[in-house]
Amino acid sequence: MKYTQGKYLILSKKTLAKEIYDLTILCPDVAAAAKPGQFVNVKADGFMLRRPISICSIDKNKGTLRIIFEVRGEGTKAMSQLAEGSMIDIVAPLGGRGFKLEQYETAVIIGGGIGNPPMLAVAEKFGANGTVISGFRNAAAVILQDDFKATGAETILCTDDGSAGRKGFVTDALKEVLETKKPDIIYACGPDVMLRRIIEIAKANGIKCQVSLEERMGCGVGACLVCACRTIRNGDEYYAHVCKDGPVFNAEEVLFDE
Amino acid sequence: MSNTNKLAVNFCGVDFKNPLIPASGAFGYGREFEHFYPLSTLGGISVKGTTGTKRNGNLPPRIAETPSGMLNSVGLQNPGVDHFIKIELPNLKTKDTVIIANIAGSTADEYREIAEKLDKTDVDMIEVNISCPNVKAGGAAFGVTCEGAASITKIVRAATSKPVMMKLSPNVTNIAEIAKAVEAEGADAVSLINTLLGMRIDIKTRRPILHNNVGGLSGPAVFPVAVRMVWQVANAVNIPVCGMGGISRWEDVVEMMMAGAKTIQIGAALFANPMAPVEIIEGLEKYVSDNNLNSLQDIVGTVKPW
Repeated sequence: MKYTQGKYLILSKKTLAKEIYDLTILCPDVAAAAKPGQFVNVKADGFMLRRPISICSIDKNKGTLRIIFEVRGEGTKAMSQLAEGSMIDIVAPLGGRGFKLEQYETAVIIGGGIGNPPMLAVAEKFGANGTVISGFRNAAAVILQDDFKATGAETILCTDDGSAGRKGFVTDALKEVLETKKPDIIYACGPDVMLRRIIEIAKANGIKCQVSLEERMGCGVGACLVCACRTIRNGDEYYAHVCKDGPVFNAEEVLFDE
Repeated sequence: MSNTNKLAVNFCGVDFKNPLIPASGAFGYGREFEHFYPLSTLGGISVKGTTGTKRNGNLPPRIAETPSGMLNSVGLQNPGVDHFIKIELPNLKTKDTVIIANIAGSTADEYREIAEKLDKTDVDMIEVNISCPNVKAGGAAFGVTCEGAASITKIVRAATSKPVMMKLSPNVTNIAEIAKAVEAEGADAVSLINTLLGMRIDIKTRRPILHNNVGGLSGPAVFPVAVRMVWQVANAVNIPVCGMGGISRWEDVVEMMMAGAKTIQIGAALFANPMAPVEIIEGLEKYVSDNNLNSLQDIVGTVKPW
């Protein structure tokens, strides 16, 4: 992991859905080092702590990164005021472990809600060998479907209320996909309850699985130890740190609270 | 003589190239910050609090943002003193900066055992944490009474010939009395303040944001409290004071030194601005030059109270 702190130009800013913003940042040094699954730690004007935002897409030729975030509180609200053409202060790319992609040929790629953006960088690698399952609360919350289709992947859209795509959870769609396909690996990012069910399904089907976790962070680089998550390491329970030991973990390492 | 040398300070017998020290718990063992600047930039490093054996720390969430500050409840997660001595210290000793081992124990015996082990190493100083608000046994329990603080000081003093700096808790009625108690037992210096005990509640879930329910407040919110306590302690003892609590700019360092601190530590500010130490050192160099000071130490304790 090699990272830096700097102020970079926001090349474009779009609103994808209510309170969901899409920034493309010109940052050639960061883009050159960035890997799918890593994140950037964004300075929110007037706030004590930076906000970790997953990297959605990396364009090494153009030297750009794309990040998508949802306004969840005052800090992300301040970030949403950043204008196209202004500078954004980031520490990046962070995350000691992104998604491991190299050794796999076929994948099912799953995102839940604001967990969808980091899955685009994964889908871009697999192209037509990927199956993307995206889940959202409702039609108004749906994002990135054209982007996922453009990768060449088969795409399945699910909403909790059926107002777009099929009604139901991503886990229902996953089970159906696995009736006809046996991918080398399943990648996922989303709420804990979703990840937990996906890990169970992956295990029951004997398929490898990597998940991206979220936790409240302090420094973002691995020094302050606040973003602890429960894992198994060498047979013992160990509080790993999402920022440096993750944010991506192998399914068999992760422990969820009862 | 360069401006850099004008920032130099001898602090209880140890030479620091400048007074700036990342605080224990905010900087790990320095590895993560080498991406931003060489560690030799820093006056010293107070490393992550080290206990006798490894500790897993508290359940998450361990952090909550607050107005101009943050609460943390890490709970002293660390790999233990043997790991520190074998793996981290040899690396740190190549970095051309003062290495301060920060130690914490659940029992008096644990403090003694860690201090004895560190005495045989080439660590430069020992900072003794008797003020961690996030662990159930020991920690803050020793730091909130004169008797407790004095007894741990005595034990560590007897276990090592290294300079011993006692890190004081602000969660007390009279911090100057605690400082006098540790001075009487042979402490070479005091550092203050550790975090202030605080709490936040999520009003939707009625759950405290921290899984530990309560945690330590740091950041600019605590700075005025820290300045006040450093001033009170510096006026009460003859041993040198290392000031900390909410420092984020060079102006804060000057203010803290005027209150009586010879060296300073910086913690929470590193999270939003990892470059803060470099910016602060540059600011202090300019301050010394603009004010024609021979040494930055000339301002220590120069506050003119009404």
